[in-house]
Amino acid sequence: MSVTTTSHTPTLQERLRGKGGHADRSFRGVVYVSGFVVLAVLALIALTMFDKSRAALSHMGLDFFTSKRWNPPGEQYGVLSYIWGTVYTSVIALVLAVPVSLGIAIYITQVAPNWLRKVMTYVIDLLAVVPSVVFGLWGILVFAPHVLGFYKWLSRTFDGWPVLGNIFGPNPQGRTFFTAGIILAIMIIPIIVSISREVMETTPQTEKEAALGLGATKWEMITGAVLPHSRGGLVGAVMLGLGRAMGETIAVALVIGSATGQITLNALTSGNSMPAVITAEWGEADTLKKSALIAMAMTLFVMTIVVNMTATAVVNRSQKRMGVR
Amino acid sequence: MSTVLTAADLRGSRRTWRVIKSKLMIGLTLLSFIVVLIPLVTVIGTVIAKGAGIVFRDFPAWFTTDIPVRTRAEGPGMGPAIIGTIVITAAASALAIPIGILAAVYLNEYGRNSRTARTVRFLSNVMSGVPSIVMGLFIYVVYTLRFGLSGFAGSIALACLMLPVVIRSSEEMLRLVPNHLREASFALGTRKSRTILSVVLPSALPGIVSGSLLAVARAAGETAPLLFTIGIVTKGNWDVFSGPNTALSAQIFRNASAVQAGPQERGWGAALTLVAIAFLFTVLARLATSLYQRRQAR
Repeated sequence: MSVTTTSHTPTLQERLRGKGGHADRSFRGVVYVSGFVVLAVLALIALTMFDKSRAALSHMGLDFFTSKRWNPPGEQYGVLSYIWGTVYTSVIALVLAVPVSLGIAIYITQVAPNWLRKVMTYVIDLLAVVPSVVFGLWGILVFAPHVLGFYKWLSRTFDGWPVLGNIFGPNPQGRTFFTAGIILAIMIIPIIVSISREVMETTPQTEKEAALGLGATKWEMITGAVLPHSRGGLVGAVMLGLGRAMGETIAVALVIGSATGQITLNALTSGNSMPAVITAEWGEADTLKKSALIAMAMTLFVMTIVVNMTATAVVNRSQKRMGVR
Repeated sequence: MSTVLTAADLRGSRRTWRVIKSKLMIGLTLLSFIVVLIPLVTVIGTVIAKGAGIVFRDFPAWFTTDIPVRTRAEGPGMGPAIIGTIVITAAASALAIPIGILAAVYLNEYGRNSRTARTVRFLSNVMSGVPSIVMGLFIYVVYTLRFGLSGFAGSIALACLMLPVVIRSSEEMLRLVPNHLREASFALGTRKSRTILSVVLPSALPGIVSGSLLAVARAAGETAPLLFTIGIVTKGNWDVFSGPNTALSAQIFRNASAVQAGPQERGWGAALTLVAIAFLFTVLARLATSLYQRRQAR
């Protein structure tokens, strides 16, 4: 066989490649730019937030974080009680949501037959589809008024107990830290379930069979093989839930009761959280107050970013260890 | 936690107790699912029970008439909010979906495991955790302060929230495209851009569509980023780029803190409409997924 295209060698490559080296390069450019949009947006958020919050931060100094006096007419802006509200409601949400979510994830991945697994996954995903403002509407108009009786019972029952007596304090109200925590718990269950499910599914079949073969019951197989294997991922899942709960705004704003200066363990009393305050007070704010609210948003931003970065790193590391991706 | 089992554990009453305990704990895990069903069923049930009345009264009135100017007034009218939700979400999708898909193409087809790509991937995960209210304030500062209230300001904020979701789901779908398709295309001498546009993306398309529709469903329900950016109106505004607008979620929020029956009922009606829209997009997403799986199976 003879080489027939010797005089056309350069065009062979050209023919194979076709026209459009230019298109290739510009496509590549577009794709790279899109990839960097994320970087640009995050950097812009950090820059603008920092810039706009400077006025309030220099006005208040460290008191911004350590004082609980929030008195806009007197130009006093201390956010400590709102930081407490955000942290406390999120912790309540986690305490309620984590056992339930892990239970669901265990049932879906280890117990349920195939058809039920699908149905349950759909149902939990459905929960994620309901917008948070709808949970807020339900919370303020239906849940908060009806739950008061239960709160009164809690308060009476645990009266005088150590710790629990403080948490379920006297004179309960309908819109409280606890109400916000319950609504948040409902809202973060889907994300914790879906990540825990993914993590638990990666438990090698051999390890589970080994446990059963050694005479373990199904539950012992779960606690002895599945949970230790997925511990890292589960921690990450819980932390992602925490991040979600801390940033949730609308539902909390409607049901937390909007009370200033509340730093108390009593979960059955009204309080406020950072996102809820921003939502409620933005409308009539002057320049300095707007700056204070933006500084509050930046505080929230930093808190959620730290939680999410840690969570992402934990999940990634555990996935790498398990050989996923 | 796991304990060391002795021979005695495997026989007789100890064994029976362990089996009972196992059944009990597994029963509890099933119970936790039922516990979660309660709020889900109650919320959706209440929304339908309290919202259906006003939505279907004088049938198209709810969808076509303006929102009553007097907040306390009774009766339907949510047309402007439906228009707002549609145009704002549509504009947000038009921004976020193309950029998100292209960013996913960068991550999976170009960047791969390079340091930059890993950083972008990590930051995109971080971005998905940015609270929606922070996004709203951010857009207020960089856009609304300069150009005034408009639906589009809300769209940008929603787009920022959708972007990481679209990137993540699209990248996962691109990763599932078998490498031999790419290699076959390269072997034919096709350029990389051509390969991606006519081989890789089409075969991942149903999955990408599914992920994007889920992102749209989430975005349509967002409230916090809209509060500072779109303002409020009672008459319909189809022009997303200029003039204040309104949205279903914003109307629900406003009516939720009202004490009179009229606005409360409108809040429930708006909630039913919004939930219906979100469900519609979720169902469409499921359809796309099953289409994808059928194609994979073939």
